[in-house]
Amino acid sequence: MHLGVEEPIRECQYNQICTHNSSPMDTPHTKKKKIKRKWQVFQGRNKFYCNGRIMMAKQTGVFYLTMVLILVTSGLFFAFDCPFLASNLTPAIPAIGGVLFIFVMGMLLRASFTDPGVLPRATPEEAADIERQIDTTNGPSGPGYRPPPRTREVLINGQTVKLKYCFTCKIFRPPRASHCSLCDNCVERFDHHCPWVGNCVGRRNYRFFYLFILSLSFLTIFIFAFVITHVILRSNRTGLLSALKDSPASVLEVVVCFFSVWSIVGLSGFHTYLISSNQTTNEDIKGSWSSKRGKGNYNPYSYGNFITNFCAALCGPLPPSLIDRRGFVQPDTPQPAAQTNGSGACPSNQVQSHMAATNPLLHSQTVILGGGAPLQAKTSLGGPCSTLGPSQPSLPSSIPGLSCGGELMALRDSEIHCHHHLHHQHFISPEETPSPPAALPCATHLGHHVHPAQLFDPASQDSLHEDSVRGLVKLSSV
Amino acid sequence: MATEFHNLQELRHSASLANKVFIQRDYTDGTVCKFQTKFPSELESRIERTLFEDTVKMLNNYYAEAEKIGGQSYLEGCLACLTIYLIFLCIETRYEKVLKKISRYIQEQNEKVYAPRGLLITDPIERGMRVIEISVYEDRGSSGSSSGSSTTSSGR
Repeated sequence: MHLGVEEPIRECQYNQICTHNSSPMDTPHTKKKKIKRKWQVFQGRNKFYCNGRIMMAKQTGVFYLTMVLILVTSGLFFAFDCPFLASNLTPAIPAIGGVLFIFVMGMLLRASFTDPGVLPRATPEEAADIERQIDTTNGPSGPGYRPPPRTREVLINGQTVKLKYCFTCKIFRPPRASHCSLCDNCVERFDHHCPWVGNCVGRRNYRFFYLFILSLSFLTIFIFAFVITHVILRSNRTGLLSALKDSPASVLEVVVCFFSVWSIVGLSGFHTYLISSNQTTNEDIKGSWSSKRGKGNYNPYSYGNFITNFCAALCGPLPPSLIDRRGFVQPDTPQPAAQTNGSGACPSNQVQSHMAATNPLLHSQTVILGGGAPLQAKTSLGGPCSTLGPSQPSLPSSIPGLSCGGELMALRDSEIHCHHHLHHQHFISPEETPSPPAALPCATHLGHHVHPAQLFDPASQDSLHEDSVRGLVKLSSV
Repeated sequence: MATEFHNLQELRHSASLANKVFIQRDYTDGTVCKFQTKFPSELESRIERTLFEDTVKMLNNYYAEAEKIGGQSYLEGCLACLTIYLIFLCIETRYEKVLKKISRYIQEQNEKVYAPRGLLITDPIERGMRVIEISVYEDRGSSGSSSGSSTTSSGR
């Protein structure tokens, strides 16, 4: 009887232990997984802050450098030069300087933190649908026959434009979009990847970038002019040397401003030209719409006159972000197809991305640059970081297709670094690329390709490049 | 929105997803958002051509309105620039307003036209404005071989 009583008790205890183990606390956990926001499962190589509100590229070191430079130079100006100027000339000077400074910082932060127009990757069903369409168009290919890469041709305003297939994002890129190898995203109306701003420059933040460099040019010239004025006024009273001794910060400001004015003003001028002709840096470097390509070659996106182009670029409608960073991941939503070996299309693509990711800081090789007046090749003076500056616009950009378009290099001095960080990239001519497939990933990781003169046949370059990099050829004919 | 969602949820539960049809973008006018009005063959037995074309044309009109470059967009752009774009913390851009109109329109079309025919349109903004995704459902009752293959993508 005793036992009889005990057993049920023991059973109860056992049951209780069981329920403790599989615990009410555990079960809700396992059943109800923590709901994530979409930025947490984002497949590109971006960094997010403020719970998805801020989006930047992975390497942000140079951006902090930009911030420091602007803040320090402006700070010194307001602290040391402005009191003198305000009392001896007019208080409007610090006021205007202040307004300019705030505008510059505002535009910089806006350009850096905004989603440049990233295209979300295709869902698995979309990718499968596209594959099916391509396969039906092309039909089976025999052994030894290498089909050309996937492209679609579209007639836009009378001009034939080729849409390329992105193997990473599994989409046909819209016109003017390009894949950035640093951020591993396709970006709409891709201009270039700017390390100074710490982000790609694309459709959604191009105007902020342009206003940033424009206002920065004004600020630099403003500071330069008034610091010189300050020194001259002081030296009229006390002599040059004692003037410089009294205000040592001025020397630093003059040096910084003097060296940065050329690059910033030059860049603003270049982008003004680009905006007025409605081209992207990528297109300009490749000469996509250049008349040298052919008689009937013109830019189908241009509105005809530079005023309309200007207004459209700066005051046009601001499209929303397509990637919905702060939305919640629905448990039943199809996630975009994984970049990895999924369809077997690009293992070496991943190799390349990895290389790009892990070795962005490699560069200290001399640039081989072709003609192009604005280019100024300088030798690297060491310096570890990969500051790919935004400077010269006519820098050759990467081969589109796999890697990102347009990482521009710091060929020029800019605010900080005239002395330290000039980096160059080794540009590989397209003929070299296909030959040694093993060496390719290393070479192409540099990501930045090709001699400008040879950029005029991007289609074949792309095909060679893509084929060789990929190693595999799972390409269907057009 | 919640009630419509529930109705469409019911559709998903009572029917099984057979296929997804994708309407691609039409780039002949440049980079403006516009979808092809070509009637896909998979929908031939499901919906009348005119209804489908009307929906797509209406969507195209909405997108054209959102991306229109004219007096209002210039005003908005200049005002925003003067306030260092901080004004967008308070007000919505015109594009966002039109997108809301579009999503209301799609819901309404789904309820009135597409759900009764076993179809469901996904708002293009959820697919990165690349495609209009039309989900084709088969009635579980009438079933068929399609339900087997669809389970991979369905059940969501």
